[in-house]
Amino acid sequence: MSTLVIKDLHASIGEKEIVKGLSLTIKSGEVHAIMGPNGTGKSTLAKVVSGHPDYTVTGGDVLLDGVSILTQEADERARAGLFLAFQYPSEIPGVSIANFLRAAVQARMAEGEEIDATAYYKRLYAKMDMLKIDRKFTSRSVNEGFSGGEKKRCEILQMAMLEPKFALMDETDSGLDIDALRIVSEGVNTLRGPNLGVLMITHYQRLLNYIVPDFVHVMWDGRIVKSGDKSLALELEAKGYDWVKKELAAATA
Amino acid sequence: MSVTTLSAPAVTGAFTPDVFQAHLASLPELPAWWLERKRAAYARFAALPMPVRTDESWRFSNISTLTLEGVNVPGAAQAVPPATIGIKKAAKLIFANGRLFSRELLAADLASRGVIVDTLQNALVKHGDLVREHLLTQPPKLGSAKFSALHEAFLADGAFIYVPKGVEIELPIGVFSYAIGQNTAIFPHTLVVAGENAKVTVIDYFGSEADDQVQLAIGANDLFASHGAQITYVGKQDWSHRALSFQSNSTIVRRDARVQSLNLHLGGRQSRHESLSQLQAPGAFSEMLSLSVAHDDQEFDQRTLQLHQAPETKSDLLYKNALFERARTIFSGLIVVDPDAQKTDAYQSNRNLMLSDDAEANSLPGLEIQANDVRCTHGATSSRIDPEQEFYLQSRGIAKEAADELLTFGFFEEVLNRLANDELHDALRNLIRTKFKK
Repeated sequence: MSTLVIKDLHASIGEKEIVKGLSLTIKSGEVHAIMGPNGTGKSTLAKVVSGHPDYTVTGGDVLLDGVSILTQEADERARAGLFLAFQYPSEIPGVSIANFLRAAVQARMAEGEEIDATAYYKRLYAKMDMLKIDRKFTSRSVNEGFSGGEKKRCEILQMAMLEPKFALMDETDSGLDIDALRIVSEGVNTLRGPNLGVLMITHYQRLLNYIVPDFVHVMWDGRIVKSGDKSLALELEAKGYDWVKKELAAATA
Repeated sequence: MSVTTLSAPAVTGAFTPDVFQAHLASLPELPAWWLERKRAAYARFAALPMPVRTDESWRFSNISTLTLEGVNVPGAAQAVPPATIGIKKAAKLIFANGRLFSRELLAADLASRGVIVDTLQNALVKHGDLVREHLLTQPPKLGSAKFSALHEAFLADGAFIYVPKGVEIELPIGVFSYAIGQNTAIFPHTLVVAGENAKVTVIDYFGSEADDQVQLAIGANDLFASHGAQITYVGKQDWSHRALSFQSNSTIVRRDARVQSLNLHLGGRQSRHESLSQLQAPGAFSEMLSLSVAHDDQEFDQRTLQLHQAPETKSDLLYKNALFERARTIFSGLIVVDPDAQKTDAYQSNRNLMLSDDAEANSLPGLEIQANDVRCTHGATSSRIDPEQEFYLQSRGIAKEAADELLTFGFFEEVLNRLANDELHDALRNLIRTKFKK
């Protein structure tokens, strides 16, 4: 059982504070959804937790199994068990998916230890079969010329191979049509299990029709202002974010 | 001999008339025409000035470090370093200090198919007309006339590869040229003649005995593709990091022929590479590729000329440099389209990946078009590692250094992917990998 604890986190880009005292605890096996309108800091939260160098943490802490990860580089955090599924994954021309994942797997091995190529491909193909991804996919350059759906499936494949403790999924549904959304959601549901904690960031409720969360949080102005179970998502769908805004205004008035 | 009025004095450095005489004396009896050409070349060399800073064809080059002093022309070497990049070959020629060290004809049927893989010394005797027709017949146009003349004067031996009409050799032919010993000067040469519809792949290796030996290497290659012929040429330059090197290429492409050359620049403290492709008949295609891994204070200086002399010819140049530490690169390329070379399709691209703030990449792309119905594009870019790509890789657990290496490989892949031979592609990739581990 692992835990990811975000404690009163404050983070800025340049002089601008975007995450303003956010707290959240995720345990293995749980799926949390963070919802909120655009510009409330949802994507920033994912990037800050995964160690993007553009952001500065000005307060609070992030603990993975009790250990603060804030001084770690992004790659150390990833090796410790974090995975960020990008909203807009980078294209890496000239680097095949197979070689890219191989480097990522190699990075998790001890110094001087060499990857067993046969075992690696066996595992890769098993994961691809599980996610119903064509094997030809592996020889393509990472995300280069991919459709929105292919990019997201590539993210899911990486997640399957790297077996993180916690996955931060940033707007996984953005840019996907219904068919692609269904395929990607199936992938996430396949990986869901007692050893994986998921933080799903989404703007729309529709993703939650496919991946049913255990907890739903509403983010507003850099903080979580409301938490509940999956029914909160439906309530939001019905009443809109203005409802939260009004409630919040009433509470702080 | 015309005497030009130039401010820089003509210098011969270590290559005095006495040294030249001693060189001639060390050779077996030469055909009269070749001896005459060598003497004329020496006279040209002695009369020409060293390059000066104001020469347009030496713009951005470090002139002060060009020297002909302090080297000598040694005799045959007793041993060569082990040489292989692990690919199967049809034949191998190994030269050390300009003399044949060993020769292996690995594919049994080469001779019966009329293929010649021999030394230039033997070819001068046995195939004099072919050698005379193709050896160093194109005047240097890219600035190194003095060094080219020195090459011709001191060329002792090299590789002669002839593939007759209609013969296709699947496995590559390997030529290895080693500079052995401190202060060694060598003058390697590879001459490839492909007859009509012949097909051949040649890999030219250049290496030193040790990475700290001061050396001077002045090499050249001539590639001649007859009608419909296909030549793939890979040059792997891995001289000592204290070597000064000049390499000049002359490629002639005839009707519907295709030449693909890929030069991999790894070694040398200062290395100049000049490449001239002449597209002489419709359907001719020259693909000019280059990769440099520039470390420390290395300077790679590349000058190219794509000469379209006939209609419906094509050339495609892609030179990529990865620059580390304080390394410098210079790319100066020119596409020339003759007035009647209509429907020319010419492309020229130089891309530099800057992996250090102290590195310097200079690009001088150029076009000279005298026909009106052509498609010519050229461009040069210098870029750094994209921080978002780097973060993407790091977010998968790959450390920054390994991420940058992977991105640099990705950058090179566009060039390596042009090779049709997968084995060769993988071998070069592995070779480049060793250059990242310091």
